[in-house]
Amino acid sequence: MVASAIFILDSKGKTLISRIFRGDVDADIAGDFCARVIDVDDESGLKPVFRVDSKQRTYAYVKYSNLYVVGVTMRNSNAAMLLEFLNKLVGVFKEYFKEVQEESIRDNFVIIYELLDEMMDFGFPQVSESKVLQQASRVPTPTKPAFVLEPLQYITQDYHVLEVPRPPVAVTNAVSWRSEGIKHSRNEVFLDVIEKVNIVISGNGSTLRSEILGSLMVKSLLSGMPDLKLGLNDRLQLSEAGKNRREKSVDLEDIKFHQCVRLSKFESDRTISFIPPDGEFELMSYRLNMQVRPLVWVDAVIELKATRVEYLVKVRSQLKPRCVANNVQIRLPVQLDADTPSFKCSSGKYKYVPAKDELVWTIKQLKAGRELVMRGRFNLPSIGENQERDNATKRPITVSFEVPYFAVSGLQVRFLKVMEKSGYRALPWVRYITQAGDYQIRIV
Amino acid sequence: MSKAFSNAKKGELFELKAELNSQSNSTRKEAVRKTIASMTIGRDVSGLFTDVLNCMQSPNIEIKKLVYLYIVNYAHTKPDLAILAVNSFVRDSEDPNPLLRALAIRTMACIRVDKIVEYLLEPLQRTLHDQDPYVRKTAAVCVAKLHAMNPELVQDQGMLDSLLDLLTDGNPMVVSNAVASLMDIAEYRPDFFKIDSPLVMKLLHALNECNEWGQVLLLDALAEYNPRNHDEADAIVERVTSRLQHANGAVVLAATRIVIANAEKLSSDEKRMNSLKKLTAPLISLLSANGEFQYVALRSIRIINQKYSFLFQNDVRVFFCKYNDPLYVKFEKVELLIALLDESNSSIVLQEMNEYASEVDMDFVKKSIEGIGRIALAHEASADKCVELLVALLKAGHDGVTDQAVVVLKNIFRSYPQRYLSVVEVICNNCESIGEPDAKASMIWIFGEYAEHIPQVVELLGELMEGFSTEPVSVQLQLLSAAVKVYLARGHEGKGLLESALRLSTKETYSTDLRDRGYAYSRLLSCGDEVARKVVMNERPAVSDTRGEMSADLQADLSRNMGKMSSLLMRKSASLRSPTAPPVLTVRDSDNLLSMGNDELLMIDDGPTDAIQGRENGSEQFLGTDDLIGALPSVANGSQPPQKDAKAGNLLDELFGAPGKRIDRQALERVEISFNSSGPGVSSSMLPVAPATAPARAQPLPPVDDILSLPATQPQK
Repeated sequence: MVASAIFILDSKGKTLISRIFRGDVDADIAGDFCARVIDVDDESGLKPVFRVDSKQRTYAYVKYSNLYVVGVTMRNSNAAMLLEFLNKLVGVFKEYFKEVQEESIRDNFVIIYELLDEMMDFGFPQVSESKVLQQASRVPTPTKPAFVLEPLQYITQDYHVLEVPRPPVAVTNAVSWRSEGIKHSRNEVFLDVIEKVNIVISGNGSTLRSEILGSLMVKSLLSGMPDLKLGLNDRLQLSEAGKNRREKSVDLEDIKFHQCVRLSKFESDRTISFIPPDGEFELMSYRLNMQVRPLVWVDAVIELKATRVEYLVKVRSQLKPRCVANNVQIRLPVQLDADTPSFKCSSGKYKYVPAKDELVWTIKQLKAGRELVMRGRFNLPSIGENQERDNATKRPITVSFEVPYFAVSGLQVRFLKVMEKSGYRALPWVRYITQAGDYQIRIV
Repeated sequence: MSKAFSNAKKGELFELKAELNSQSNSTRKEAVRKTIASMTIGRDVSGLFTDVLNCMQSPNIEIKKLVYLYIVNYAHTKPDLAILAVNSFVRDSEDPNPLLRALAIRTMACIRVDKIVEYLLEPLQRTLHDQDPYVRKTAAVCVAKLHAMNPELVQDQGMLDSLLDLLTDGNPMVVSNAVASLMDIAEYRPDFFKIDSPLVMKLLHALNECNEWGQVLLLDALAEYNPRNHDEADAIVERVTSRLQHANGAVVLAATRIVIANAEKLSSDEKRMNSLKKLTAPLISLLSANGEFQYVALRSIRIINQKYSFLFQNDVRVFFCKYNDPLYVKFEKVELLIALLDESNSSIVLQEMNEYASEVDMDFVKKSIEGIGRIALAHEASADKCVELLVALLKAGHDGVTDQAVVVLKNIFRSYPQRYLSVVEVICNNCESIGEPDAKASMIWIFGEYAEHIPQVVELLGELMEGFSTEPVSVQLQLLSAAVKVYLARGHEGKGLLESALRLSTKETYSTDLRDRGYAYSRLLSCGDEVARKVVMNERPAVSDTRGEMSADLQADLSRNMGKMSSLLMRKSASLRSPTAPPVLTVRDSDNLLSMGNDELLMIDDGPTDAIQGRENGSEQFLGTDDLIGALPSVANGSQPPQKDAKAGNLLDELFGAPGKRIDRQALERVEISFNSSGPGVSSSMLPVAPATAPARAQPLPPVDDILSLPATQPQK
């Protein structure tokens, strides 16, 4: 129903991996893909899903660094599922090989075939939790945990598997993401509330769109089968719990949960309860579609003169008192043919990156309420108007920064209860951070 | 192939062969690895079959897995040798280790060799009742594999019943695989498996316990169920709604599909509104995924939006393009912006579109300018603002931007004739910077159309006429038509122009299309200016834009298949039938588009193309199609005119070839389509072409159109 075959191609269209799951496709599936995607000059017609009618095949693909991860089907399959599966596949590779590139794929093809075998059967996705997979495929004895981190080494070395691997109970368990018998000497949970601000500001300073994408990353180092309950100052959760309205609350527009969270429970009384997988995972992500005041405000005047272009850039922190924005980077577009930058900034450093036609202004720390200025110019070799040169300044200014100990949405973790039948006490740690996500300021 | 090369290859294989038969475990393992590596890159290593098979006996599970992979790949080329592996498979399927049992049947069922299938039956029957769920879930899928190879066998052995039994299994993963397997089989025999209401309840219950993929498989199955009454619909939607909070986008979309499918069956309007409103936020959240999945989400939103536009009406800003969005995402967003435009947001949407028109990527720029034009056609209240923006773009005079602006303005002129006369002057002033054939053709059409209002029109066209022979046919056709119009509007003044146009198009061309049209005009003009004026200056059907709206039929089909391939391709699901079913209708190139006009085809490539349709009944088809062509640059810019000409020629032959042959309306329309295909979609004045020439040979001419009922005079020659 889903995929007839999965294959991975390098940037030139060479097959690195090809796994056929169903007999309804033949070996030349990659050829059509190359002809339609890799070998085309005009990229404007590319779409992640397309069909080769003469062969009744439909392709869906994900591009990751210089690789194409492709699924092909003869049916009217669930494309969303296929694409999501391909994404997960890349995710699993990442956990196994750290970097997912042509080379790492080539070097690890044996493991990849094994993974694919476990992850998909007859085109139906089966499991995609890398932790569970590590147990299911060829897992050596627990005395050799090094392989988890260094699968490469494991392949090249030849050592005998002493204990024949068995299917992990977790694969078919109701709790498919956690195995039993996990032990940690210190029982701890780390919660990171990471919020990204996506904002597009128009040239005249008005906010065109803004949203906050938050995610709650959990690192769980808990023994046994703990049952956790998380309390947030989510408005609905508070009102459900009958708390008074004076407590500050936020309106989470949409929440997405890791599969460990009991969705039906959340639906009925907004309680977030779950048995966590071991180690790091994203417990939930949420989105707030609220009008955010730009935390860091940048105003750039770029003036094109006959032989030079002049920049006057101002940056101002609009953070709450006592908050600090760290590693502020302001990337300004620069004309293609500009040269000899000469700038002065009241704080921080500037760097011209010709490869990206960017001028990057880096400020280590920007305290609340501070305003900094950078001014200077580039020389231009040719005079007059030039379309290509103009194009350079059509790009927006992008900004990146981090604000620690601060969640811009106002979200707070009220409690995290850990219940385990052995009754140990666990320590929850919470940290907040706000980052700039897609933070764009258009130039007038 | 040179001898050296083949020798080298042989040498490599030979070496591998030796290594595979080595005594050392590690050498053998390495050799198997190398063999698989060669297989992956497409080298034929099937010659090593027996040697690889020998390694199967290895107790090392890793080698075993690789050997199995090899067997699956080559068994069908060496069926006789594959049999040798059977014993080993059967033995493994009885191994105490469940992982091995599962591996054995999984691999065995992948071998598409008839003889092996027989041996599979017994182990499969046994493993379907295995005590380990891991083995059962694998066996469940194997039934579908077997069915794909030999349906009768599966039925005779009663395996379908065993599979149905697995639906009540205590393990959710076994249930979801059994469901997936049954649904897969049901594609071949729709009658055999129907989801009934007790099963629905069971599946809804299992939903909470499955992993994410199991959930999607179950939701896909649930979507096929048609609830019998309101209560059932209520229950399904209620249970499924919680899935909208799942981190996996595929789960969200599958749940959305079910909510949409059951929305109309809910017991109260209030419930319907509530459940539908719950879709908005999760769907918009999908837009923070990677580009590929955003595309899926945006297409789905487009489909939902047509029916329930209130869901996204207040969120138009989330569809604003980001600078770094992939192009296909930007295109989808622009489509949605156009569809969502209304009184309340028209100013911010237009401002945003105008912003895109000065971006760097030319394809995106064109798409946005075209979008502004489409808004003008679809939303009359915004037309003035749109024209204002387009004129500003025109004046800015960037390459490509001007071109696209003119093409778009042409459509606006067609829709609102005589309203924007002042714009004509701007176009005249900027005619130097217009270069692309499409844009040139549009500009020339505007010149012809507004000949009375442009004092210098004769000079302008005269200059263009000088380069006549170097222009593509699409521009030549427009020059010819414009010359006729100028002559009719300005009389004597345009005579020189007309004469050279007629001479160039009848005497000095190889294009049948152009020549025919040239002759048609000259005959028409020979009937006298009045008659010609009546035909040429006839009121043209206006174009409109439905903002990408699809027929209700198609919309329903797409939302039933939301998130599936057909909905992403925006085609009816029937056109993507499984290979066993007869193919319905496949369209691959623009050529086929010419002869067909149903909505399904028009949806093939999105864009304006599917949307612009004539208001008049009869011309609906031809306008739709010709604008479609106009938007497909490869066709319109004359790179393929020979094909088009040939087509037109053939049709004309068909039409005129046999004297006395009855001309039916359809055939005529087809001719029109072919004619207009080479123009930018402005040549409705060419309607009389066929009848004007037709009487010469084909006598019985049924009245086809009001234009056709003009006095059919014999050519005076």
